[in-house]
Amino acid sequence: MTNTNQPLPQAPAMTEQDNAETLCEQVRQAYRERSPLRIVGGDTRAFYGRAVEGRTLSTSEHRGIVHYDPVELVISVRAGTRLSDLEAALAHHNQMLPFEPPRFGEASTIGGAVATGLSGPRRPWAGAARDFVLGTRVITQEGKLLRFGGEVMKNVAGYDLSRLMAGAQGTLGILSEISFKVLPRPNATHSLRLTMPIDEALKKLAELGRKPLPITAAAWHDGGLHLRLEGGQSSVKATHERLGGDHLEASFWQELRDHSLSFFQGTGDKALWRLSLPPNSGILALPGIQENEVLYDWAGSQRWVKTSLDAETLRRLCQEAGGHATCYTAHQDGGASEPFTPLNPVVAKYHRNLKRELDTYAIFNPGRLYAEL
Amino acid sequence: MNIHFDERLDGELTVIDKAEVLADLQHASPDLTLLHREEDLHPFECDGLAAYRVLPMLVAMPETFEQVQTLLKRCHHLGVPVVTRGAGTGLSGGALPLEKGVLLVMSRFSKILSVDPDARLARVQPGVRNLAISEAAAPYGLYYAPDPSSQIACSIGGNVAENAGGVHCLKYGLTVHNVMRLDILTIEGEPMTLGSEALDAPGLDLLALMNGSEGMLGVVTEITVKLLPKPETAKVLMASFDDIEKAGRAVGDIIAAGIIPGGLEMMDNLAIRAAEDFIRAGYPVDAEAILLCELDGVEADVDDDCATVRRVLEAAGATDIQQARDDAERAKFWAGRKNAFPAVGRMSPDYYCMDGTIPRRELPRVLKGIAALSEESGLRVANVFHAGDGNMHPLILFDANQEGELELAEDVGGKILELCVAAGGSITGEHGVGREKINQMCSQFKPDELTIFHALKAAFDPKRLLNPGKNIPTLARCAEFGAMHVHNNELPHPELPRF
Repeated sequence: MTNTNQPLPQAPAMTEQDNAETLCEQVRQAYRERSPLRIVGGDTRAFYGRAVEGRTLSTSEHRGIVHYDPVELVISVRAGTRLSDLEAALAHHNQMLPFEPPRFGEASTIGGAVATGLSGPRRPWAGAARDFVLGTRVITQEGKLLRFGGEVMKNVAGYDLSRLMAGAQGTLGILSEISFKVLPRPNATHSLRLTMPIDEALKKLAELGRKPLPITAAAWHDGGLHLRLEGGQSSVKATHERLGGDHLEASFWQELRDHSLSFFQGTGDKALWRLSLPPNSGILALPGIQENEVLYDWAGSQRWVKTSLDAETLRRLCQEAGGHATCYTAHQDGGASEPFTPLNPVVAKYHRNLKRELDTYAIFNPGRLYAEL
Repeated sequence: MNIHFDERLDGELTVIDKAEVLADLQHASPDLTLLHREEDLHPFECDGLAAYRVLPMLVAMPETFEQVQTLLKRCHHLGVPVVTRGAGTGLSGGALPLEKGVLLVMSRFSKILSVDPDARLARVQPGVRNLAISEAAAPYGLYYAPDPSSQIACSIGGNVAENAGGVHCLKYGLTVHNVMRLDILTIEGEPMTLGSEALDAPGLDLLALMNGSEGMLGVVTEITVKLLPKPETAKVLMASFDDIEKAGRAVGDIIAAGIIPGGLEMMDNLAIRAAEDFIRAGYPVDAEAILLCELDGVEADVDDDCATVRRVLEAAGATDIQQARDDAERAKFWAGRKNAFPAVGRMSPDYYCMDGTIPRRELPRVLKGIAALSEESGLRVANVFHAGDGNMHPLILFDANQEGELELAEDVGGKILELCVAAGGSITGEHGVGREKINQMCSQFKPDELTIFHALKAAFDPKRLLNPGKNIPTLARCAEFGAMHVHNNELPHPELPRF
């Protein structure tokens, strides 16, 4: 068991720069000219979503921590701040972003992490990216910098535009600044691996899920159920003793989070798909897929699959199970032409209405999520 | 300025004959229960914000999805506004009826449709009471986390509309963090599913947007919530302080020690005495402030955390620290806090409950400001505070039978909310804006920001038929409201048209 409560070295210095006015001006120009913008932070997530044609607007020069009060459990940060810088600043105060945003390269920014709305292994227990967003500063289509939400834990004044921006992939506006709820890092952590087949692992996870155990990550791959325990020293120790298993290096979770595990390397002529399914879903009968081509994360609710199955079949199988499927291989690299599951017609109508209201001339990442968005 | 719906400021409503609407709805939906006689409408004239009462044109009490759908389609066609209501316990007038509108009462949708212990999900209808979900999940060792004080009575549909909180928010989140999926009907009567039983859904996060939208974007017909395993144990410490600022600092010290309590509540002397007089919870009536700190989780961890918190409280200058010896004493400690509102109600003919939030570090300054407002107005203010998450509930004591006291209380309340905004906080943490805080929205948001909110509304309900006048003020209202606060002879929002 590792004690994570060690004193940490001096927080690294970070370049600070408020570039909001320049970004606003770029948006105003695009709005005047009705010319689309391709919004990027570190540009490490271009594979995720449809390709966007437009002038590149980069938030990467708009960076730095605006305000951080560890005792308030709140940090406000400019969108172009690198994830690595932000996480180092939090770690210095023994705190963390609980949703473990994946880092797809050193240049990954917090703006990109929130815009894509992706969350790491702790998601089923702690919550998703949007759950930790308390407020945002957003650049609107007219190039105005507006504030929604705030730096307090509870705030129900007005519509929750900030959470809507999480996962919107920049299609409704530009994230300029984001305030997050942060949490202390757990006192103790231990990871373990239990050798068991997947059907047994899923049963075990359902059983464990009903108990108040300090589990904060659960993945199955290659004949083993991988579990992370985090919490107080006593409960982690007691749960470790109760579950047994082989010791697992904590780096496993970082590699899973960042897709640097060998599973994610070289999918050959197959595409990488993410299946999102209800908790306690059984094994999906996917034609032609070998067991080692599937990695179960989030206690089975998020499954990574390497396959050349067509999008329609895969999506139908997921939909029948109450979930959906997203293609993580860019279209030009052989992935599906529509990376995201098409919306039902009514939902699509209200997506279009929202887009029209907030981005009338389709200047913000047009087509990134869907052709019409 | 009062908060009654004013078509001049809040937008015109269709003029339509009541008999015509009634006949139309009866024809379209013969089995729908429709109340239209004045004596039948009276029970629905207000929600938990009882100082404001409006008789609705009609009350509809549907029992089936089809009845709701038909009602919405007809009202959309006729241009009649629809105000949706759950149990009517809301404190911000979110379900305050409109004279020219139909009140859609969802309380007959009271079925728990399924509890799935292995997926830890419950599917419920919107009229189900908050506590009933936890009761249904209890046999499996599970519960639904958000627990607003009104949880015995309030409905889950209303919780979604207001994004309700409770005393355990810091650790377990608000309603928005615990709802997986909503089935809604749009104003045009189109069914739409937002979210899913999986942990995400394709497209924009309309589920997040719908939570807290106060019935202005759609009508919720079914809700899937996530259930959590009941913590193995919960223990509560009560610390007394001879100075409220010391208590405020102790809250920060607990968080700084790396502990996230399940609940962390503060009460000031007036609230302590009121609660003790009412409940006999064993509170120290001479203390200037008490802190209740609940730690929950696995037994061994909770014991470790209790020891840490005790050390922190001692160092912060607590004059006395008690740990509840058993569940009975723990329940007693909490009973005082959970009954603080009615307890204060016994001290005064009326009270007005505020709901501002602030960054915790601002507590001493805001409390001083509240004390000054109390002194200046002559109205007593009791402070009850979700200290862990910065949500204050100052209770302003007044007597509505005394000429001008309601207005004075509202004025003090409005100023308290402005203090919260100035401290970097919000005018509402969990009760919602509704009609009550419609004017204070003008303090919290700039016209450009309100314009974006109106654009969101227009995307779902361009004819402004769902709960018009709630949550988001018109710019005209803000111009008018701002004019009440002329400072240095300068009108706020000079760019806006005046009416």
